[in-house]
Parts: sequence; C-alpha cells; structure tokens
Amino acid sequence: MAFHIPEDYYYTKEHEWAQVDENIVTVGITEFAQDSLGEIVYVELPEEGQKITQGQTFGVIESVKAVSDLYAPVSGTVIEVNASLGDDPSVLNDDPVNEGWLVRIEMDTEKELANLMRAPDYKKLISDK
Amino acid sequence: MKKTPLAETHQAQGARMVDFAGWYMPVQYIGLREEHDNVRKNVGLFDVSHMGEVRFKGPKALETLEWLTTNDVAKLNDGEAQYSLLPNEQGGLVDDIIVYCLKKNEDYLVCVNASNADKDFAWMLKNNKGADITNESEKWGQIAIQGPKALELCDRVFPFKVSEMKPFAVQSGKFGNFNIMVATTGYTGEKGCEVFVEAAGTVSLWNTLLEKGKDLSTMPIGLGARDTLRTEMKYSLYGHEIDDTTNPYEAGLGWVIKPAKKDFIGKAIIVGKKEAGLQRNLVGFKMLEKGIPRQGYALFSFDNKEIGKVTSGTHSPTLDEPIGIAFMDVALAKEGTEFHLDIRGRKVKAVVCKTPFISK
Repeated sequence: MAFHIPEDYYYTKEHEWAQVDENIVTVGITEFAQDSLGEIVYVELPEEGQKITQGQTFGVIESVKAVSDLYAPVSGTVIEVNASLGDDPSVLNDDPVNEGWLVRIEMDTEKELANLMRAPDYKKLISDK
Repeated sequence: MKKTPLAETHQAQGARMVDFAGWYMPVQYIGLREEHDNVRKNVGLFDVSHMGEVRFKGPKALETLEWLTTNDVAKLNDGEAQYSLLPNEQGGLVDDIIVYCLKKNEDYLVCVNASNADKDFAWMLKNNKGADITNESEKWGQIAIQGPKALELCDRVFPFKVSEMKPFAVQSGKFGNFNIMVATTGYTGEKGCEVFVEAAGTVSLWNTLLEKGKDLSTMPIGLGARDTLRTEMKYSLYGHEIDDTTNPYEAGLGWVIKPAKKDFIGKAIIVGKKEAGLQRNLVGFKMLEKGIPRQGYALFSFDNKEIGKVTSGTHSPTLDEPIGIAFMDVALAKEGTEFHLDIRGRKVKAVVCKTPFISK
C-alpha cells in the first residue's frame, strides 16, 4: 500500500509525525499507523499547558481492536489540542497527516529533532514491516 | 509458527496475518467493521482450522467423556452436539469444548480451543478411563460459515440440506472426495455452521464457498471481527471469561453442568462453591461516560471499593458504542447497577446492562 509520507515532517519509530514551524511542533500519527490500527474510536490527549517529554507517552489512541500509546516526538509544553477528535476520531483514519493532527507543542529544544527520522528513513522503516 | 491449510490463501486474498496462540492467522481482511457487519447482514467465512479435534472411540468412550466433561454426554444421540467444559481437579476449567456424538456410546469428536489443544490432549490422556483417544487436529481443516444467509450458501455447496438441520446437530458427508462433518454450531450468534473437512480439501472448500456465495456477499472474516461478534453475544473466550481458576457457575455456565446426572473431575469443589454461595458473577455493561473497557481494568463502587474486573471489552460495531464483560461482586451484579471503571487511572461511569448486547 502506498502511504502519504510528507517529506518535510519528522518521524518517530512508533509512527508519530512531527511538523516543525520554528519552535512550534504539530504532532500526529502516520498513515501507516492508522492503517495498522484499523477503525479508531477513541483518543485520549493531554490538556493544554501540560509538559510532555520526548519518547514518553502523552496520550492513548484506541481502535476497535486495541489500545495504543502515543509517544512524544519532542519535549515541550502542549499549547493546543485538536478538540474535534473527541467528537469524531474517524478523521484520524481519513486524514491523519493533516486534519487529524493531535496536539501542538512548544518545543523545549530543537536539538531533540536529531533523534527523529526524516521521510526517507521512515519509508524504509515501514517497508521492512 | 503453525499454519492452517489456508495460510497461503489468506495471504493471497489480502489478509493481514498475525501470530495467534502460535498460529499464523488472518486478523483482518478489508476492515474489522465491514467484516463484522457482513456477518450480521450476509455471510462470513472463518478459518478455524487452528482449533483442535480429539476423537474418542471404543466401549469406554462415553464413560471417559462423562468423567472429563461437565455436561450430560449420555443424553446425546447420533448426530447431536453439545457445548461443554473440561473441569480440572481444583474446580477451575481446562477448556471449554464442543462434544459431537458421531455414534452413541462408541464414537465422539471433541473440538477444543487452539491455544489449549496440546494441554487438553495431555489432560485427556492422563484422565483416560480406557477410551481410544486420538489427536486428529492435523487431520481436519475447519471453516465456520456464519450469517443470516449462511444456510442458503451451505445448501448450494453440501450434499444435504444444512438448512433443515436442527441447531447443535452434526452430519457427515462428502465434499468432492473429501470427508466432511457439518455441525450447526457457531460463535457469532448468527445462523450457520462449522464444517470439519479433511485438511487437503480445506482450500478447495473455502474457494468454492466464496465462489458460490458471491451473490450472497460472502466474504472472509478475520479474528478481529470474530472477537467483536462473540463479545456482542457475551460468549466466553478462554483466557478472558474463563481460565483454570474460574468456577463455571460464576461464569454463567451452570446450564452445561449436570452434577445430578454423573460424576466428573472436580465436581465436589465446583458444586461446593455454588452451595456455599457464589462470590461473583459475569455481567455485561455499557459506558455512561467516554472510554472503552479492556481486559484487566478494575471496577469500583462509588465509595471506591474494588468490586470486579473486566474480562473482555471492545467497541461494538453493531451498536457503535463500547461494551464490556466483567466479573462483579455477586450482590451488585444486576442490571442497572452503576459503577466506576478505572481506565488507566481515570474513573469513568458505567452501568450493568442486559446481555446478549444485541438481540438475536
């Protein structure tokens, strides 16, 4: 299956993406993730103002089948949460890399971006699956 | 990993494969919801070849099965089947099973869970009262055909009218050159059957069912939908509702325990626990606030006492809302009881409801 993997995003090995705009990072899950999960029916996200840490869980996503943790791509403070997902998480299946964004984070340090993958490496990761 | 005769077929037909209890099995084809809905509306095919089959033959077959199982095996006539349990000596359960009577007193087939097949077979041999017991798991493939249009499909494929068989009946016959046994049993709450077919004929039967069932919207179904379908019916799954410590009366399985009819392994303990008063009961529940129940989550009363544990939970595709099954303190285990479910540290309101969750 061909997944849409934006070239300008960063990626975690747990299949989150991070779009960086100066010190503001928008976070979501990849198309590969939504396809593996199947129908997403519930999302649990942090509150605005909450601190999150790179590599640590910051929320939970549930499909009919299973519960999966969400891992923070960078450390920082949550400044915005995609509230529309609470009412209709199906957008996470339909458009996970744009409209289905999860949170916006004010990043502590851009040095952490070095720990993330760029699109070619992420493509390689999922093609090995 | 072990493979069923259909493993390559599943892959070729686009299934996502996973390791299930050591078996390489399809978890999903086109999507859990579509598959689930199709079983409720049309027909679904399930590869259940991973399940174990054990044959009991000879003059001691009945006596051995009576000792090994909780239900009244002597009642079964040729071509009849019954749901039953394999109790252990501590009053828990080795497995839940179906016993098929092929010839009264002398020939029975027992179908067991894939995850327990080796354990069950060893247990049966250890407690054998002189039957000729053979593990026939390798010999048989098994396909479940389930849904409101399942029997119509079966009548097109099998040499006798499956639609005229009673529920929990079994009939032997042929599919091409292959021996089959068609049993009107299932795990979805829908009409249909489960067909044992000689392993070498499994792929041919599968493809024939898909081909002849095209106009009935027949589709293959993965294990994901198999689980949501059985959960909506509140059917037990070993490792969830029942295990080697479960008292079967607490699990709501008293209807397959016949202590007045016979002796069986663990009988005194199983019945003694019931007479002493059951501690907990299996209930179904729904959520009053947002969240999805999952196995292992704790139930709390509003004054914060732990009152039970979730055995299964999912988002019901039919109802489009979360549903759960839980063991609950017996005094509270009745329809309408409200409680808190601890979802990863968050207390979320839920209520005991009527089951099955869907009306059939």
